Parts: sequence; structure tokens; C-alpha cells
Amino acid sequence: MDVLMGLGGSDESIKTLRRTIERTKEVDDELTVAILEKPESKRSQEEMRERAETLLEDADIDAEVVVLEGDPGSALVDYAEQGEFDQLVIGGGTLSPMGKIQLGPITEFVLLNAPTTVKLVR
Amino acid sequence: MSGTYERDYPDDSSGPFPAPPTTFEDGDGRPIDVRAPDSFDAVIDDVVGMYDAFDPTDRAQGIPPTGEDRIRNWLETISGESINVVARHDGDVVAHAMLVPDADEPPALDLGENENENAGEESPLGPGDIEWELAIFVLQEYQRAGIGTVLLKQLLGHAGSVGITHVWLTVERWNNPAIALYERVGFERTGGESFEQEMAIRLEPTDGGESDSSQTE
Repeated sequence: MDVLMGLGGSDESIKTLRRTIERTKEVDDELTVAILEKPESKRSQEEMRERAETLLEDADIDAEVVVLEGDPGSALVDYAEQGEFDQLVIGGGTLSPMGKIQLGPITEFVLLNAPTTVKLVR
Repeated sequence: MSGTYERDYPDDSSGPFPAPPTTFEDGDGRPIDVRAPDSFDAVIDDVVGMYDAFDPTDRAQGIPPTGEDRIRNWLETISGESINVVARHDGDVVAHAMLVPDADEPPALDLGENENENAGEESPLGPGDIEWELAIFVLQEYQRAGIGTVLLKQLLGHAGSVGITHVWLTVERWNNPAIALYERVGFERTGGESFEQEMAIRLEPTDGGESDSSQTE
């Protein structure tokens, strides 16, 4: 299966990437990692690209890493539409202090606009 | 000292609200007793029992979790610095509302007779400097009897008496009864960007002069 994963710059994003790498190894998927532009997040796109490449190398996975500019949700869906992907993978929300799961506007955009099945990783 | 707040709040303050304890008769004629426990440890078993009996179809955004162990773990994780009010009927907990601080180092609160032992750490912030997330759950067979409204006001009254001024919550956008309840007590819709509806209320600072104001300046 051809999988496209969208990666922001949060701790949750790193967790999502680790989970996705595990899954990719288990089922031998083809993985593409798209680094999204989120100026407000704690890590820059360049930091995230390096982090992703390191984690992929450590796991011995030959995945393509692309950096997408512009609105993150829209850029990810556009990229998915241009390629031949079977599934889009994104983080499955953050936890509020109360422990409530919160889905942000990027998640909503991707869920509503993606041409493929979308997987939310918890 | 005033904090900086991550979210938007109404310009006007709401309240003051009545603070616990109180006893009232609900819409079905049941006597309901509302209290703010001095220590959450003293009531946690009863509150776990309420959530264990809670119908999981009414869960919202992943809470409450199901199963006694997961419920207890969730409550223990968030209860350290939280503000709680509990409603009982015939001794059983039938509703619970709480405020959880949105801060890495929440301030110590003066909760009255018993000091909150978990909140002894020095914090540069006072309770009015940080934002507090609200949640309220009413056991199914006690819903639609006015308990939620009373409990919500009592929680806000209790919050005001310990110096809390900024309270927010999220609610599923389709949940019109809940949104209407929050609006009735003074919450306004804020942050329209997310999946869930965010709402916020500003509380009148109440310099409750009755307690010895031993807060560090």
C-alpha cells in the first residue's frame, strides 16, 4: 500500500511518525513523509525533515521525504491528489488538560477533503 | 499581576455565583446535596463509582474513559490541582464537575480548612493568572432535572471564591442542550476554528476577604 503521512512539528507528530514507521515495517508499505509548514509549532520544517530522515534511516526504511509549503491541510491534500496514494496518515489529535481529545482545523480539513482513506494515529 | 491568556474571553464578567455547599430539590423532586470536597482523595472512590455507571454513549472527546481502572487513573492524573464539586442523592454521587488548570506549574490554592497537600509547590502565578478547563457530567437518570445548571453555577461560585477568573471548555458542536446551558450561565462561543466548539467565561474577581490572605505576593 502507498501511504502518505503528514508531519507537523509537535511531540504528537513525532509519535505519529514512530507509529507509522513501525506499521510500515510490519506490512511492507511504501511510505512518503510530507513535512508540513506550521510556523507556530515548536520545531522548524528543517528540524523535522532531519528528524524524520534520521528515524527512517534508523528503521532502515527507504521512504521519500518531501517538504510542503503553504497551508498545511491544503498542501497535504493537494499532494495526495497528485500522487497514487492509498492512505493518508496524520496525528489523531492532542489532549487537553482535562484529557479531552481535540482535533484541530488541519485534521478537519484533511478528513473532509482527502481523496483517500485517512488514518488518525493515537 | 495579570497573566497572559492563550484563549479569548468575554469582555464582561459573569457572576458572582453561589458557592457550595447547598441542598436543593431537583426537577423530579429528589433532594440533591452539592459540596466542594476539601480533598478529592476523600471522594474519589464515590466519583469513580459514578463514572463507572455512566453510559458510555454519552462520552465526549474520549472522556470519561471506561472501566474502573482507567477511570481512576484518569481522575488521579487530573485531580492533583483541580477544583471539584460533587452532587449526591441518597449518598451516591450523581454528578461531578471540575476545573483543571492549564499550566505546567499550577498555583497553590487556599481551599479552606484542609490545605491541598498536592499544591504546596511554589508557583509564580496566582489562580487568576492561568486558564482553567471545565468539564461536567451528570449521570443519565439524573439528567434533565436541573442538576447540571445548579452544579455548574456552584462550581463557578467555588472557583470565584478561590480567585479563578478565566474558565474555558470545549463541547461537541451538535450538542445544543449543553451549549445552551453554558450560554445561560454566561459562557460565550470563542475559537471557531476547531472541530469542537470552544466556549469561555470571565469571572468577577472576588477578593473573598474571609480567608486569611496568606498568598505570597
